[in-house]
Amino acid sequence: MIENTTVAIEYQHVFKKFSGANYSAVNDVNLSIHEGEFITILGSSGSGKTTLLKMTNRLYDPDAGNIVLFGENIRNVDAVKVRRRIGYAIQQVGLLPHMTIAQNIAIVPKLLKWDKNVINNRVRELIALVGLEPDEFLKRYPSQLSGGQQQRVGLARALAVDPKIMLLDEPFGAIDAINRLNLQDELKRIHGGLKKTFLFVTHDINEALKLGTRVIVMNEGRVCQFDTPENIVKKPADGFVESLIRSCREQEKLWEGLT
Amino acid sequence: MWEMWNNIVVYFENNMDAYFIMLQQHINISIRVLVIAMLIGIPTAILCVVFKHLQKWMIGTFQVLRIIPSLAVLVLSIRFLGIGMGPAVIALAFLAIPPILMNTVAGLEEVPFFMLETAKGMGMTSLQVWIKVRLPLAFPLILAGIKTAMIEIVASATIAALIGAGGLGQIIFQGLSVRRTELLLIGGISVALVSLTAVFLLDMLDRFFQRYKYVQ
Repeated sequence: MIENTTVAIEYQHVFKKFSGANYSAVNDVNLSIHEGEFITILGSSGSGKTTLLKMTNRLYDPDAGNIVLFGENIRNVDAVKVRRRIGYAIQQVGLLPHMTIAQNIAIVPKLLKWDKNVINNRVRELIALVGLEPDEFLKRYPSQLSGGQQQRVGLARALAVDPKIMLLDEPFGAIDAINRLNLQDELKRIHGGLKKTFLFVTHDINEALKLGTRVIVMNEGRVCQFDTPENIVKKPADGFVESLIRSCREQEKLWEGLT
Repeated sequence: MWEMWNNIVVYFENNMDAYFIMLQQHINISIRVLVIAMLIGIPTAILCVVFKHLQKWMIGTFQVLRIIPSLAVLVLSIRFLGIGMGPAVIALAFLAIPPILMNTVAGLEEVPFFMLETAKGMGMTSLQVWIKVRLPLAFPLILAGIKTAMIEIVASATIAALIGAGGLGQIIFQGLSVRRTELLLIGGISVALVSLTAVFLLDMLDRFFQRYKYVQ
């Protein structure tokens, strides 16, 4: 089924080494992602997952290898143009404190010089999409919102110009457990309704297995396994993936012991 | 005490016009100095942040200039620039640049890296990141530097009278030379009032630009 759809993102033997480091942050990543997939990238800190994500919108450029988005090698495209076509949301959100919520969501549409009325309608549509009441929130400033609400606005902002690809770097990393579960469900709903390709970085194995249609497990710059959540649990490809699953199972035992 | 009050009233009865001219001169000098200091200080700070290697010696140079007492700067400037309003403005600008320069550098460097990177990630060009993100986020600290400079300028503009630039300092120096305490009081309090007004106006500006901080 997946084989018939368009390839959205293709990493072709991608390498990245930061100056001063004696190991590769990303080491020979070679895989294809299809349009409409929700890919989670799972790994501990230093695994190269964020580096891989940031190379996708040219915040970093690979030392070797190519990244191809919908058949276009992004090395040959102006970095600013690549970024404007891709939604980007991060853990710290990065809303501009001196702008209202509406102005924050409108940043990229304004960069693209959309018509004012079109922007206003789009902003209302987006804030509702992420589950916030337009009349209540659009005129507020970021400091008046909770962490979870700010992250919803961050998602709305990333979705503003209807990008085909969304890059999400641990967007729920700083949010409490209950809100995090709500946001995960809503992100799944948003993805299902939009048919976009999501690339979601996390270090939380439960989050990765819950959200991903396929999961990339990374360790020390390499991809250990790239498969569906079921196959990752049933057939771990190597010792690292196995140890991840085991650590998760041990947590389950803790729960069983307590109940 | 009563006599002093009487003297003050008499002074204003006889010298109202002259007083307002001196007040106007004082404000005039102060604003010119502030504008020049901002025009030099803020772009220099931006250069210091863009070209990191400049920072050490740029800030060092202005720090050293600041150590020189304002009186010395004024007196020295006579030798190079002559007397009058122009030389006074240039000499005072040297004193006002360091607080603006240093606060602007601090403000620009304090903007968190993730803010700049998200802005870039959204598709802003480098110039847009500066104009829409970095400068607005540094603005509160830049304004704090301007405020510090303003207080320093208004106070130091008093001694500009010594090199013939006019201003409220004239009243004080006249009072000193003819030993009339009421003139010292009039001059001193007037300078303090100008300073307070300037701070008040800048605070209003601060509140206006940072209204997002005060909303509830």
